[in-house]
Amino acid sequence: MRRVALTANGVRHELEIEPRELLVYVLRERLGLTGTNVGCDTSSCGSCTVLVNGESVKSCTMLGVQADGMDITTIEGLAQNGELHPVQQAFHDHHALQCGYCTPGMVLAAVSLIESGEATDENAIRLGLEGNLCRCTGYHNIVEAVASAAGVTS
Amino acid sequence: MTAIETAPGFVGTSVKRKEDASLLRGQGTFVDNLTLPATAYMFVVRSPYPRARIASVNVASARAAEGVVAAFSGADLAEDWKGGLPCAWPVTEDIKMPPHFPLATDEARYQGDGVAVVIAESRALAKDAAELVEVDYEPLPSNADVSKALDEGTPLVHSDLGTNECYVWKLETDDVQAAIAAADVVVTRRYFQPRLIPNAIEPRGVLAQVGATGEVTLWSATQIPHILRLALQLVLGIPEAKIRVIAPDVGGGFGSKLDVYAEEALAVALAKRLGRPVKWTEERAENYVATIQGRDVVHELTFAATNDGVVTAVKSVAWCAMGAYLQLVTPGIPLLGAWIYSGPYAIPNYSVMFTGVFTNTTPTDAYRGAGRPEATYVIERTMDALARELGMDPVELRRKNFVKEFPHTMASGLTIDSGDYEACLDKLLDHLDLDAIRADQAARRERGDAKQIGVGFSTYNEMCGLAPSRILGAIRYVAGGWDSATIRFQPLGSVQVVTGTSPHGQSHETTWAQIVADQLGVDVDDVEVLHGDTAVSQQGLDTYGSRSLAVGGVALYHASQKVIAKARRIVAHQLEVSEEDLEFADGTFTVRGSPDRNMTIQAAAFAAFAAHNLPDGMEPGLEETATYDPTNFSWPGGAHAAVVEVDTETGDTRLVRYVAVDDVGNPVNPQIIDGQVHGGITQGIAAALFEEGVYDEEGNLLTTTMTTYLVPSAAELPSYETDRTETAADNPLGVKGVGETGTIAAAPAVVNAVVDALSHLGVTDMQLPATPERVWKAIEEVRS
Repeated sequence: MRRVALTANGVRHELEIEPRELLVYVLRERLGLTGTNVGCDTSSCGSCTVLVNGESVKSCTMLGVQADGMDITTIEGLAQNGELHPVQQAFHDHHALQCGYCTPGMVLAAVSLIESGEATDENAIRLGLEGNLCRCTGYHNIVEAVASAAGVTS
Repeated sequence: MTAIETAPGFVGTSVKRKEDASLLRGQGTFVDNLTLPATAYMFVVRSPYPRARIASVNVASARAAEGVVAAFSGADLAEDWKGGLPCAWPVTEDIKMPPHFPLATDEARYQGDGVAVVIAESRALAKDAAELVEVDYEPLPSNADVSKALDEGTPLVHSDLGTNECYVWKLETDDVQAAIAAADVVVTRRYFQPRLIPNAIEPRGVLAQVGATGEVTLWSATQIPHILRLALQLVLGIPEAKIRVIAPDVGGGFGSKLDVYAEEALAVALAKRLGRPVKWTEERAENYVATIQGRDVVHELTFAATNDGVVTAVKSVAWCAMGAYLQLVTPGIPLLGAWIYSGPYAIPNYSVMFTGVFTNTTPTDAYRGAGRPEATYVIERTMDALARELGMDPVELRRKNFVKEFPHTMASGLTIDSGDYEACLDKLLDHLDLDAIRADQAARRERGDAKQIGVGFSTYNEMCGLAPSRILGAIRYVAGGWDSATIRFQPLGSVQVVTGTSPHGQSHETTWAQIVADQLGVDVDDVEVLHGDTAVSQQGLDTYGSRSLAVGGVALYHASQKVIAKARRIVAHQLEVSEEDLEFADGTFTVRGSPDRNMTIQAAAFAAFAAHNLPDGMEPGLEETATYDPTNFSWPGGAHAAVVEVDTETGDTRLVRYVAVDDVGNPVNPQIIDGQVHGGITQGIAAALFEEGVYDEEGNLLTTTMTTYLVPSAAELPSYETDRTETAADNPLGVKGVGETGTIAAAPAVVNAVVDALSHLGVTDMQLPATPERVWKAIEEVRS
């Protein structure tokens, strides 16, 4: 077991974890942050995307021990004071989710894409979300939502 | 029948989804998010061989491992099964239905067939210990190729059956052979539609709990909580009355969760044995072998036509892979397309034959569209082939053969209630600007550009809204196709709706509230929709086959009428007028001619609760249930077009535009319809360009992960251009199903576009999917 200290959604946690535990399972099973979903075992689907120190990371590609000292934002930490984050709100307005399983990862990937200034047009948004798979929406409304939140026309 | 006039008018507007509030905040109740005290975790040991005799299974080392609660071989659990995993659709009298138990005991018949289970204190410990299970496999000869399964000498999947043939099913009109013989032109084409892996982004998962008196609660990522409850009695011998199945938030299904799976039965059986809750979460690698797959069908399709392009006969002969076992509706999947091999065209002579064959592969079953994408693909590809043969424009050939008057009884025997295929095509052409596309195409050909463009069409209809119970009975499905709705006014005026449908992305919480709010004249926010729990929704037939709105939605209408009728009696009694003197609009009953004498339906609900002054003999409460059994299938249709750009030097194909015009009847929520269409189209495009589940000849799956099976991302796709025409269906809401239309229509439009882009080079065919390698090879073939 290894001791790690990490911050998740503004709350500091000190944990004893197995070295082999993936960050996504630390979040889900140790911290109860089940909003971060697991959709594959090959880092293909992006369902488990979270922000680590502000940048989007597939949390199945990191070990929990690698998150020592880091600041993590999951979907549960995105809305502030009960108000949806503008990207969450845009997903609602544009019907950018159906079953909702890929949504937490997709929203956080979009937040990171917008904050990095890379969501400059439809094509950039489509390329920027390449690592996040959705089986329900065909991406059309997701791209519209992200473009709207980024203030660009899709 | 025309649509009912409704006052507040939520129906037809894009009410924003009620479902989003929790899902957007990460508060979804997906099964893997749920854990009970003392939960133990199951891991299934699966055969790595497509076919092998199981000589022995030794779980002793696994049992002794750290954190292990128990471990069992298939033989250890054999006594727990009162029946096999059920197949509900024996399509012919002499169909061969091999037994299928949750774990194999003597022989594994596909890669992924379960042979043992380990239960431990954590998922990681269960997986660790599973590696210690010693299975002595003796590999046996096997076959994965549907087109070779019936050849002499091909290894048998079930040796005791003596054949790999599961069934032969036919539907034929009297004069089809004569019509083909008499035709000016006969075109026959052969197609293979490969395996498709459904890939709901949430893998399957179960959590089972068995209480002190044997009562079972099973949380499952399923589309079918009611059917699953029934099946669990058949497999486990536990009375349905003691079983509660809960489908919490379910992360997509597309047919793959329309099934009764080994792990559902195993989790309940083990929870009962161990006295602890048992949980299992499918890994994606397991999902690729242990969850049903779609398609895997070889077709030979023949059109007979006159020289001026009137199609006089259609004949389809198909060989359909069942996989190694029959799952819930495996044999019936081809039949879901069997009546629509004439497409939206008036074709008087008709012949369809399916041969179901066993192969050493994961079982097939319903995948989005189920039978209808298979049919539509071969029809629409062959329409293009016929157009080339006749030297006709493919659009005009389609238009010439359209059914133009409704209702229309097809040669196959079913009746299309409504539609206007020409209107869809006209609207499509308005959006498309075909002249500009053809001009661009001609210019590129003239210049000899490396990048060529093509345009492809697909005009389609489909039968969904499963289904009239009498018809299901006539085609040997064991259950019915009705659904139920309960509408319950609470004393203070809010409304609970209980539906027998079970959404997993389809937005029933929103759209069902829209329908009921309009009927009752209440606010959409005052209506809560309950679903997916057999303790709450006692009866229903769940969600698949684009049935929920066309069947369950219409049940809402009928339950609403019952509620209004009872409320009317209460109001008439209290206002001392006759029921006929009351008008009901906007949620208020008003005495005709006396607008100041009125009572709201909420006030009637309180009166029904207080029960101080009800008509003699009336039961208190304002709650009604209706079950609705449709009299016909639902018949959406439409016209789709794809524009592709093909790099003739690399074979790379880029979808440039996709335009869809669909008639899905009266729209309930346009934004949600668009979402269904977008998603459906995408799965059709994926089948056309990207996705192919590949087995080697023996049955080893080669596309084992999302890195080799290419589920498209946003980067591979364009935005879509969608529009609608509306013809009201013959039901009180005028609604049709929309969940599968896009998938049914899209693949042939895209592949027809690829062929069109290369037609000037001499390319006349393209097998699925049109990957760069296939496209490049097709170009090289015609060049050499």
